[in-house]
Amino acid sequence: MAEKILTRNFHLPGSHTLVLYRETGGYAGLEKAFAMKPAEITEEVKKSNLRGLGGAGFPTGVKWGFLPQGHPGPVYLVINADEGEPGTFKDRYLLERDPHALIEGMIISAYAIGAHLAFVYIRGEYVQPWRIFGRAVAEAYEAGLLGKNIRGSGFDLDVICHRGAGAYICGEETGLISSLEGKKGWPKLKPPFPAIRGAFGAPTIVNNVETICHVPHIMNRGAAWFAGLGTKSQGGTRMYSVSGHVTRPGVYELPVSATLRSLIYEHAGGIPGGRRLKAVVPGGSSAVLLTADEIDATLDVDGLKNAGTMAGSAGVIVMDETVSIPEALMVVARFYAHESCGQCTPCRESTGWIYKMARRIVEGKGRKEDLDTILDVARRGAGTAICAFFDGAVGPYISYIEKFRHEFEALIRK
Amino acid sequence: MNARGAVRVEFTPEQRAEVRRLQGLYPDRRAALLPVLQLAQEAFGHISLEAEEYVAGLFDLSPAHVHEVVTFYTLFFREPKGRHVISVCHNLTCHLLGAQQVLAHLKERLGVEVGGTTPDGRVTLLGVECLCACEMAPMLQVDDRYEGNLTREKVDWILEGLA
Repeated sequence: MAEKILTRNFHLPGSHTLVLYRETGGYAGLEKAFAMKPAEITEEVKKSNLRGLGGAGFPTGVKWGFLPQGHPGPVYLVINADEGEPGTFKDRYLLERDPHALIEGMIISAYAIGAHLAFVYIRGEYVQPWRIFGRAVAEAYEAGLLGKNIRGSGFDLDVICHRGAGAYICGEETGLISSLEGKKGWPKLKPPFPAIRGAFGAPTIVNNVETICHVPHIMNRGAAWFAGLGTKSQGGTRMYSVSGHVTRPGVYELPVSATLRSLIYEHAGGIPGGRRLKAVVPGGSSAVLLTADEIDATLDVDGLKNAGTMAGSAGVIVMDETVSIPEALMVVARFYAHESCGQCTPCRESTGWIYKMARRIVEGKGRKEDLDTILDVARRGAGTAICAFFDGAVGPYISYIEKFRHEFEALIRK
Repeated sequence: MNARGAVRVEFTPEQRAEVRRLQGLYPDRRAALLPVLQLAQEAFGHISLEAEEYVAGLFDLSPAHVHEVVTFYTLFFREPKGRHVISVCHNLTCHLLGAQQVLAHLKERLGVEVGGTTPDGRVTLLGVECLCACEMAPMLQVDDRYEGNLTREKVDWILEGLA
């Protein structure tokens, strides 16, 4: 069994407390970081091949490097804890079971990018995680780990925990920024990217919870160690959320070089009841669906990209042979129709039309031309909107139909 | 509170102090709008047009701006809700593992449709998108709490605990 890094304390009672975090080596990475120059930390994170683990998989150190040099005004760090991608629940575990790992990662990251104010945007439904994380932040202030002159370093950092109010689109970084600013969560046109002009008009780095939790370990054990855990283009381990038709649903931390097959069959215990596997959503609902014979891909960003899908948020939803794929598409299409923010016409209209067509197919009222209409609407809409939301919906629309067209046709013929 | 259950829309001095604290926390005071609306919903039960106007006044915003924000997010209630809110996840994993049966059972037990509130004002029933607790599917949120691995018995037990 590979070494657990992010989840190593999850089984310990009191894993959310400062006492336990310190007993298990916590905040040692911070001491190391304070002995380094900020630019050296960014360099180390670049060398580690740490990639964003919220969904887009962008190299973290490279993102930090986009900040303007010598910016005269404030720079902000924003933690995206607006976990919402269907099939994903790892950030909830981190907030509840190891909040100090996030706080330590935030202090180091803020020091690296020169931020003195950091926001943690937590989805509104995560009331318990918000409470637990908020208590950890209070503990950190009391211990002098947040606030002025942290641990005698001369570095100041304040943290604001900000609750969302229910909207998937706020997980998109510019939508999140709009929401943080007190507006509806409409994404913004890029460029300018948040690193140039983000929250409150200031250069802003938005990183996912899990991404930032890796940073203390990179400080402690070095970029080479972290890079060596993964593949050529992505370092480290990753927390896979596995759900659906598996014997042991849950969070599994594995090196990104593991295969989807081993995740499902070895770690999550395979399919219950001796039933056969039909399909797998490998990286949150926006990922292209894989069939049972496509699961030998490795779980890193490039491995799943080469398999025609994406690592996304690493939310793995397993469907056994009893599942109706048209029904699954209807459920997924309802989600995208509900969550489209309505700003861009192609996304707002297409998600609604496609849901209606998917629903009537399931209800036995499908028309012969519906499948090709869905594919056409999906393809035409891709890449036409301000953010990647509709592009994320296109993955399931097209792959569910193309890979299981016979199931849809059987319903239409009836 | 009047006979129809409407609460007077005005914060207490303590709540107003909290509003000022929240407004001072951020680089731009408008960023406190979501937390203040959350406070308003806690205080008034739901966010009426009157409450939107009141909050707009606290931020020197037009009521239209506040309305735009309130209507964008699912967790703001614009009508009175039940004393408890049960939100059943109906997204993919929960759907695969029986969310529709959970919803059907709740509809029958409560005698309401999805989106409805029991006549005694005890429970509002909702179907919602992924709450990101798929490992415990099928699951629901009851007020602040997540409950998963739902069976008919467990749903009944949850209902018994709601005053």
